[in-house]
Amino acid sequence: MTKELTAEQKVKFYQKGTFTVGNRLVDADNRSVQASMERSNAITSGHRACQGCGEALGARYALDTAMRVTGGQMIAANATGCLEVFTTPYPETSWQMPWLHSLFGNAPAVASGMQAAMKAKGKKTRIVAQGGDGGTVDIGFGCLSGMFERNDDVLYICYDNEAYMNTGVQRSGATPGGARTATTMPVGEAYPGNVFGTGKNLPRIAMAHNIPYVATASVAYLQDLEAKVEKAMSLEGARYIHVYVPCPLGWGCASNATINLARLVVETGFFPLFEAEHGKVTATRPIRQRVPIEEYLKPQRRFAHLFKTDAGAEAIRKLQAMCDHNIAEYDLLREGEETLA
Amino acid sequence: MLKQLEGSHAVAEAVALCRPEVICAYPISPQTHIVEHCGELVREGKMGNCEYMNVESEFAALSACIGSSACGARTYTATASQGLLFMAEAVYNASGLGLPIVMTVANRAIGAPINIWNDHTDSMAMRDAGWLQLFAETNQEALDLHIQAFRIAEQMSQPVMVCMDGFILTHAYERVSMPTQEQVDQFLPPYTPQQVLDPANPYSIGAMVGPEAFTEVRYLAHEKQLQALDVIPGIAAEFKAIFGRDSGGLIREYETEGADTIVVTLGSVAGTVKDTVDEMRADGKKIGVVTVGSFRPFPSAALREAVKHANEVVVLEKSFAIGFGGVVANNIMMSLQGTGIHVHTVVAGLGGRPITMPSLHRLFDTALKGELEDMHFLNLQWDIVNAELQRQREQIASGPTAESILRNIQTDTARGTPTPAAE
Ligand SMILES: Cc1ncc(C[n+]2csc(CCOP(=O)(O)OP(=O)(O)O)c2C)c(N)n1
Ligand code: SF4
Ligand SMILES: [Mg+2]
Repeated sequence: MTKELTAEQKVKFYQKGTFTVGNRLVDADNRSVQASMERSNAITSGHRACQGCGEALGARYALDTAMRVTGGQMIAANATGCLEVFTTPYPETSWQMPWLHSLFGNAPAVASGMQAAMKAKGKKTRIVAQGGDGGTVDIGFGCLSGMFERNDDVLYICYDNEAYMNTGVQRSGATPGGARTATTMPVGEAYPGNVFGTGKNLPRIAMAHNIPYVATASVAYLQDLEAKVEKAMSLEGARYIHVYVPCPLGWGCASNATINLARLVVETGFFPLFEAEHGKVTATRPIRQRVPIEEYLKPQRRFAHLFKTDAGAEAIRKLQAMCDHNIAEYDLLREGEETLA
Repeated sequence: MLKQLEGSHAVAEAVALCRPEVICAYPISPQTHIVEHCGELVREGKMGNCEYMNVESEFAALSACIGSSACGARTYTATASQGLLFMAEAVYNASGLGLPIVMTVANRAIGAPINIWNDHTDSMAMRDAGWLQLFAETNQEALDLHIQAFRIAEQMSQPVMVCMDGFILTHAYERVSMPTQEQVDQFLPPYTPQQVLDPANPYSIGAMVGPEAFTEVRYLAHEKQLQALDVIPGIAAEFKAIFGRDSGGLIREYETEGADTIVVTLGSVAGTVKDTVDEMRADGKKIGVVTVGSFRPFPSAALREAVKHANEVVVLEKSFAIGFGGVVANNIMMSLQGTGIHVHTVVAGLGGRPITMPSLHRLFDTALKGELEDMHFLNLQWDIVNAELQRQREQIASGPTAESILRNIQTDTARGTPTPAAE
């Protein structure tokens, strides 16, 4: 039996100068699911994602973990989007688990129906639903809220790349202010990319449903993601994990920048990593080395225009203010805590 | 056992006898009594291990049905009108995925103007969505069709819509013969899915299909419907052997022998039509009726056979293809191509306007005299239409149409002109 992972583990070693922990340096019990020969390869190789796709990475780690926890007794419902398309260029499929794609906006409801079928049949098979940010925060939002409110036994995983990538990088409700997308093209001083609305913080909205478990994760912290999925699968009822997944194609960044950006978004405070149970935050991940938002923005062409105009500079100030707000809100600069990197 | 029941309750009890495993629906008039009673039966423990889900929309309801059916659970839902349109994307999806869900549609008009009363616009809007569509004439048939629908759906691995007239059937108390559990068990074996999501044998379902195979996938769906043209009568015959009554099937003929004029219709209005035909036959008039039981698949051959000796067909339908004409009539004209039989379209009963025997008498007499126009609107109040057209000609900013009409009818009534009789 492997030792139970908790989302925020204390680990003594990490390599100097980086914040990564090589699997070789942690004891066997704490190694990534991917380090095991017994991993399930839920999404096996050969899929058609772009190089450096954060979504492919996040989904693989999340699902292999869930497969391990459930002993393979698992079914997935998938919303339309990149993940669906790049995994099933039939006659090939990457899925080595039972998998259903129905529509763009109904994955949470499909999953609810699946868990009802399992209940009716008295089976222990668990259900995972997944979709992109568009499928989750926009078109699937009603179904997701319904699934939460009924506390259906479903783990929903949102892979957030901050736009509708599958259809060519259009704005979603999760696109940050200032970002260029195909439908928020920056024009001079008048339009510095996407508008700054009031925001649509889905993890907080999920928490407002008082569901048993909500967590945010980022593909720079894969063991943390695994631990959160494991935690989620140890619970019953509606659970939600929001995974931050850079998209080199849509963001205009190098394909080897995925992990770095996924780390910077956390280290700036722009995307805080936390866990919540029954509507209360139970753990947050402190920032190890705070960085200003510019460092996160600069490697991405979707933000390049912000560095050219006064309106852009104002947008950067707003984005920094959002980071500052998160840092205060979640107490991300607290001292003296070491966590799994 | 004979029972005096509301149509909705009869349907819910029939569904219960089919041992569904998941029921998921969203309430809308006139379907509400069906799903309320289903919920009651589940809670009273009269549906075994059935899971009854209350969800937040029709889109979610049918989506949940898609999930449960793909997991191999016998699955039922019900809706009407706006609800059917709200789930439209999932309606196509369920049939495309080949999931044998059974859905009652308590037929109701579609707004705007919002209208809760009966017509067939809702089902007809989904006629090409790949579902089989069976229309019930009576409450007994509605009850029976649900039992048959699960058999047909599961045998074909295709979803089936059982269409029953909202209020006219759903809310009518009638005596029905309720089958026993033993009879239903004998007729309807446990569900063995053609495809199922199972960790022991993992499938990917719902992949993207491009031009290389899309037409073939679609054609196969059509082929299944063509097969259903044989399956439906076969299952109706088996049904008769066990339950002892005629129910379902493709079409039903009434007094067609020697009829020069044949009325083709579907749903509950067939009863009124038959009563009218009885009286006309008694007067020696050569008129008969064909009721379409299965609208999808459309029984073209059976229909052609049934009307082949007639001179003309009068299609009486509660649906209307705005900008064109009849929906059912259109299907019938295609079926009768080359036969030389003249087809008249009569649009009637929209939004719950009653279709009465006196107006049917007048209509059919006009047809027998050879004076019926090709496209006729039964009991259309031309004075209202013309007054509104006139008003719109006089005033560019004439305001909302439906509300203006209602206001004018009110004013007319106040002045002593009688409200246009719906009869
Ligand atoms: C009802 C409906 N509207 C629009 C689309 C087109 N569409 C397919 S995927 C997609 C965007 C997906 O975005 P997201 O959910 O963020 O996933 P990503 O591709 O970014 O991973 C859109 C708009 C659709 N398939 N269905
Ligand atoms: S467009 Fe983005 S999300 Fe889609 S496959 Fe490419 S990198 Fe992944
Ligand atoms: Mg996206």
